[in-house]
Amino acid sequence: MDWFDSWAVTLAVFLPAAGMVIVLAIPKTQERALKLTTLATTLATLAVGIAMLARFDYDRTGLLQFQVNKSWIDVIHSRYHMGVDGISLPLLLMTMLITVMCVIYTWDHFPDPRTPKAFLALILLLETGMNGTFCAQDLILFFIFFELVLLPMFFMIGVWGGPNREYASIKFFLFTLFGSALMLLSFLALFFLSSPQTFDIPRLAHQGGMGLVASTQNLIFAGMFLGFAIKVPMFPFHTWLPDAHTEAPTVGSVLLAAVLLKLGAYGFIRIALPILPQAAHDWAPWIGLLAVIGIIYGALCCLAQRDMKRLIAFSSVAHMGFIMLGIATLTNFGINAAIFGMVAHGLITGMLFFLAGSVQERYETREISRLGGLLVQAPRLGWILGFCAMASLGLPGLAGFWGEFPAMLSAYDPAAGISQITFRVYMVVAAIGTVLAAGYLLWMFQRVAMGKVKSEFEGAHVHDVHWPEWLAWTPLLIGIVVLGIYPNLIFRITDGAVTNLAHGMARALG
Amino acid sequence: MSPVFDYHALAPELILTATIVVVLVADFFFGERERFQTSRIATVGVLASLVPILTLAADGTTRTMFGGAYVVDDYALALKGFFLLVAYITLLVSVDYIGEGDYYQGEYYFLLLSSVLGLIVMASARDLITIFVALELISVPTYVLAGWRKHDTKSNEAAIKYYLFGVLSSAVMLYGMSFIFGLSGSTLLSKIGQYATRPDLPPLFAVAIFLTLVGFAFKISAVPFHFWAPDTYEGAPTPVTAFLSVASKAGGFVAILSLVYFGFFGTQTAWQPVLWALAAASMTLGNLTALRQTNIVRLLAYSSIAQGGFILAPLAVAADGNAARSAFEAVVIYLLIYGAMNLGAFAVVIAVARRTRSGEISSYSGLGQTAPLLALLMSGFLFSLAGIPPLAGWFAKFVMFRAIFNGGTPAAYTLGVIAAVNSVIALFYYAGVVRRMWFRDPSEAGVEQVPARTPPALGIALTISAAVVVVIGIYPQLFARIGEVAFPG
Repeated sequence: MDWFDSWAVTLAVFLPAAGMVIVLAIPKTQERALKLTTLATTLATLAVGIAMLARFDYDRTGLLQFQVNKSWIDVIHSRYHMGVDGISLPLLLMTMLITVMCVIYTWDHFPDPRTPKAFLALILLLETGMNGTFCAQDLILFFIFFELVLLPMFFMIGVWGGPNREYASIKFFLFTLFGSALMLLSFLALFFLSSPQTFDIPRLAHQGGMGLVASTQNLIFAGMFLGFAIKVPMFPFHTWLPDAHTEAPTVGSVLLAAVLLKLGAYGFIRIALPILPQAAHDWAPWIGLLAVIGIIYGALCCLAQRDMKRLIAFSSVAHMGFIMLGIATLTNFGINAAIFGMVAHGLITGMLFFLAGSVQERYETREISRLGGLLVQAPRLGWILGFCAMASLGLPGLAGFWGEFPAMLSAYDPAAGISQITFRVYMVVAAIGTVLAAGYLLWMFQRVAMGKVKSEFEGAHVHDVHWPEWLAWTPLLIGIVVLGIYPNLIFRITDGAVTNLAHGMARALG
Repeated sequence: MSPVFDYHALAPELILTATIVVVLVADFFFGERERFQTSRIATVGVLASLVPILTLAADGTTRTMFGGAYVVDDYALALKGFFLLVAYITLLVSVDYIGEGDYYQGEYYFLLLSSVLGLIVMASARDLITIFVALELISVPTYVLAGWRKHDTKSNEAAIKYYLFGVLSSAVMLYGMSFIFGLSGSTLLSKIGQYATRPDLPPLFAVAIFLTLVGFAFKISAVPFHFWAPDTYEGAPTPVTAFLSVASKAGGFVAILSLVYFGFFGTQTAWQPVLWALAAASMTLGNLTALRQTNIVRLLAYSSIAQGGFILAPLAVAADGNAARSAFEAVVIYLLIYGAMNLGAFAVVIAVARRTRSGEISSYSGLGQTAPLLALLMSGFLFSLAGIPPLAGWFAKFVMFRAIFNGGTPAAYTLGVIAAVNSVIALFYYAGVVRRMWFRDPSEAGVEQVPARTPPALGIALTISAAVVVVIGIYPQLFARIGEVAFPG
């Protein structure tokens, strides 16, 4: 199986791209063949992921495994260096799983205009970009994959989106590009200041700050911060998110929420923290501050929303706030919680967007005030919505809990040298955020699912959950329960890598 | 002493000259219906001149002629190859355009090839006079080409504007060159280079450099010397516009590159502020004006002004040693990639105009439904121009940023941030066209589409450009290597 070890990552990243080429070659009238090819590709990719999971060495999760390090652009000293460790593996698998489910969900839910070929090709291209970002171990490679997701998402929102799609798509594109342009400048600065000059992430992390003076580190960190924070998105860079989510087609929203937002947070963990530990240390209170502002602000915005999707979008701002709070503590505990939070948020919010899409399909509206009595008309759909709302508000026993609770707990005791008082205040504020989260999610559930059917939809024939929906949702629902009951499944993978990271940072800070 | 005449080294120029003569003469003998044969002769001639470039590259020795005024080294060869390929693609996009209008056939190719000859001479020119002659050889035929559509007032305006600005810039440049000659006592760049390292340079030398560079700033349509470009681009036949915006512009850049690296390198303080201001102004103003355009060719004109700013930026901050090298590589690589993506974009414009008979951006509405392949290609070229990975444009932008950071001065970092902000602004108008093509309905186009097949020649041009944009985007090492080899130091 040596063959597999050296090809696994490449397969995981480029199988979808190869599938896209095949999809493009199939004539657009052959809808069935298009769907089957896409499904087969994403399933094969998932199979690679599962095989990686099986062959992963859990005793050394801190080490990069399935490494490939080949020459790529020698002239600029950038290499094709890919690999996964405990930090990337859970996210990579979550991405693969969500993508398969998206393909299944689209089976008979194609958004208008109905052009399956283009839509499926974009999903596959998106998967290449997402998987690549989680595997890249070279800054330039990371940058390419990080940017690669922009194009498909831009088209997905713009072509298949809602009424305001043009504005939303270009806003999404410009915001992200602005961040990543500055991020690229930071990468270049890192390259020129490292010695020997390199774009290699592990080697840069090993140099741990490279003995740069604090002001230089802080400046470089600022560029990366913008790139990643816009993607997360952190308050006040979040304004693209509600628009993009509201206008995007269901699958677009799901992928955006479940995976694309994680790319930003992952960037912090993979690049910003280990390479610039001193700057991360200086910035931590501010990142924490923005994180808790995001938690409260997102929650308050949720309470004011009338559109289901927009509400879930703002809830993402709040949830990503918890994740960033965990990262900002710079502790082993907090970062572990953040990664868990990312996976949990991916599953739960992905589900919520699926549900919002299904509700819209049935009622042709997402206006919360027009909906009601979902439990009467489509009880299964209603209960799944209730279940996901519970998971999202952090009910113990479901996955959402293990993302939020440890993140808050970690704020009680941030890394050495970071003001404890500040972070304890953050912890309290974040706790208030969880109360608000319970408020807006339950209120949404109550208004949408409980009560009587509104007169407008009385007597309307509403389908309960279809088989493609069952197929697409069951694995995610199982995942939410299993991770909630046995969170160690993920902590066991991440812990080694995160411990390494925390040690490295502590060592660099002396 | 009779001059050394290295036939091998001069073979590309000689083959091209012979082709030019044959095209001109053959045109007399062809009847009305066989006129298109001239285009074939021209194409064969251009491809034939590529052969000695390959053999010379394989040989690898640097050949110096005419007392150092004419040098064939890797730098010259790389650019000659580039110019000939650009010429080939220009011929491909011209064939049907020229053949279907009731224009003259032979003269068109005669003029185009003469301009190409100027370009490949420019790549080897290491002497003020040779540079000037090459520049005029590039420019004069294009003055006529810009006015090719005789009965169209816009085309006439294009030619007149271009001619007047061109002559003015040549005059300013010559004035500057005369000072340089007067001070240094030589027209050879190598001698000027030696002079420029002296510690006691008179201020007049800086003025002379300034005037010379301003002359070239007109050629590369750098802000504030760009006023001719949008009108000329819009009025000229589109294949000529493609040639002007890629080849003739690149000719100007090559001249600046040669002057700066072989002639003025010791005197950065004299020319770097000038280039810095030109670069910053070009990208900012070019982009901001492009935002307001409603005609696709004018949009591409302003975009190429902005791209010109990006290409100049590394030179504006090139310091000694390693930074000088990476700036040089950045310019060469950027030119190569810019050539492919801009020619591709113009080829699509020509193909679309065959269907819609319109150059308005609004006529691109719904192209994704009416002509998906063309829309896909156009999206690719535009996103490449915007620098979005994994299309080749990202690498061009990347080497530019890398060179700027290698400069490492506060001025360099400032320019880097300006360039970064500008590349975001640029996305807005590039994506604006893409949005029209994919997010709008064909009914918004406001023009009647006639079904027109894309002719094979145009198809080949599109395929080549698209292949370069995709392959170089994924594996930039190919062009990066050319940039590396080309560095003369």
